[in-house]
Amino acid sequence: MLSDAQLIIRGLPWTVALTVSAFVIGAILGLPIMMARRSRFFPVKATAVAFITFVRSIPTLVWLFVIFFGLGSGYIQFSPFTAAVIGLSVIASANMAEIYRGGLLSIHHGQWDAAAALDLGRVNTFRDVIWPQTFRVALPSAATYAVGLLKDSSVASVIGVAEISYRGYQLSQITYRGLDVFGIVAAIYIVIGLPIAWLSRVADSHLRAKVAH
Amino acid sequence: MDFSPETMAGWLPYLLGGLWISLKVTAGCIVFGLPLGLVLALAVSSRSPLLRLASLALVEIGRGTPGLIMLEFVYYGLPQIGLTLGTYVAAIAALSWTTGAYTSEIIRAGLEAVPFGQRQAAIAIGLNPLDRLRFVILPQALRIAVPALLGFAILIFQGTSLCYAISTPELISRAYEIGANTFQYFPVLVLAGMLYAAISIPGSLIVGAIERRMGRHAMR
Repeated sequence: MLSDAQLIIRGLPWTVALTVSAFVIGAILGLPIMMARRSRFFPVKATAVAFITFVRSIPTLVWLFVIFFGLGSGYIQFSPFTAAVIGLSVIASANMAEIYRGGLLSIHHGQWDAAAALDLGRVNTFRDVIWPQTFRVALPSAATYAVGLLKDSSVASVIGVAEISYRGYQLSQITYRGLDVFGIVAAIYIVIGLPIAWLSRVADSHLRAKVAH
Repeated sequence: MDFSPETMAGWLPYLLGGLWISLKVTAGCIVFGLPLGLVLALAVSSRSPLLRLASLALVEIGRGTPGLIMLEFVYYGLPQIGLTLGTYVAAIAALSWTTGAYTSEIIRAGLEAVPFGQRQAAIAIGLNPLDRLRFVILPQALRIAVPALLGFAILIFQGTSLCYAISTPELISRAYEIGANTFQYFPVLVLAGMLYAAISIPGSLIVGAIERRMGRHAMR
């Protein structure tokens, strides 16, 4: 049992690297996508809506297959890890854009009025008034999404990234002790997911107090 | 890369057969997972600590574990204790657990959203606890939960793609198989993606419309 756990845990750096890089890239790219989604210029808005809709309506596994096997067979060859980071980042950026948009919609319109009354420019209004509050409101959803992304990273095992699900699968095929092996893998996901959820609750109660209503 | 309409049309019947299997697995998950979710939602708020703890454990494991691991646990894990399931049964069993865990939270939110006065009124007219639940609380709670439940149905439909890992011959397994045989991975995988989108996008639009419609009549 102990050796099973030790073998599986060796995949943990890959799981963490995959989740963190996809989340960071998604959180950065999500902002311009959200702004494009809110653009008044129709072609920009339509492109953003189409991007978000398409990305979210196709399963993660299919994205990873298209990038790894599809593009890989004749276009651009990626390593499994690169392909997984690209796929998960694209999906994360679309989802983060929607999370930011949800946060933005909850900001009281008085905040825009006040910024206009102070004669702040568009950039200052967004950067100094709206965004800090949006970030605080969006944080719990973003944390929930980060846990979702952690679980989604298991799909990368299918294209051969040696993270914990992949090691669990290999081990189960050698030892025929699938119950122990996948029980351990499941426990690792739950144990990593819990502190993220707990931290988000703590951060939420601290930050929410700083949002004007 | 062969994107010609003739080739695509040649693949389509086989892929549509796979899509049909994906939809059947989705239906199975809803048929078994939704009642499970209802039971779990009620058990989590039960007065018996044992029942509460057991149902909470089922919910947290179902929500905290990736769908892929649930599938592999059931398909590759249960044979260890002498329980070997076919790929369809394993797929539906594993994803029904996931469905039950997530829908129990949705239904619980629905139950909590029913105004307290409804319960008081039901007690006042002398309904017993079962009838209170059956005729007063549940009909209102489920109505509140409908948009979120439908939204989850679309997610579980996308989740059936994970059944590739336990070789259920559903849409993405078949697309991969065609890719491996013809080496036309890119066109066939893109086509499979489009077929998923062809279900998910209208599905989300319908859910959005229902949500807006129900929002208009929501009781406050």
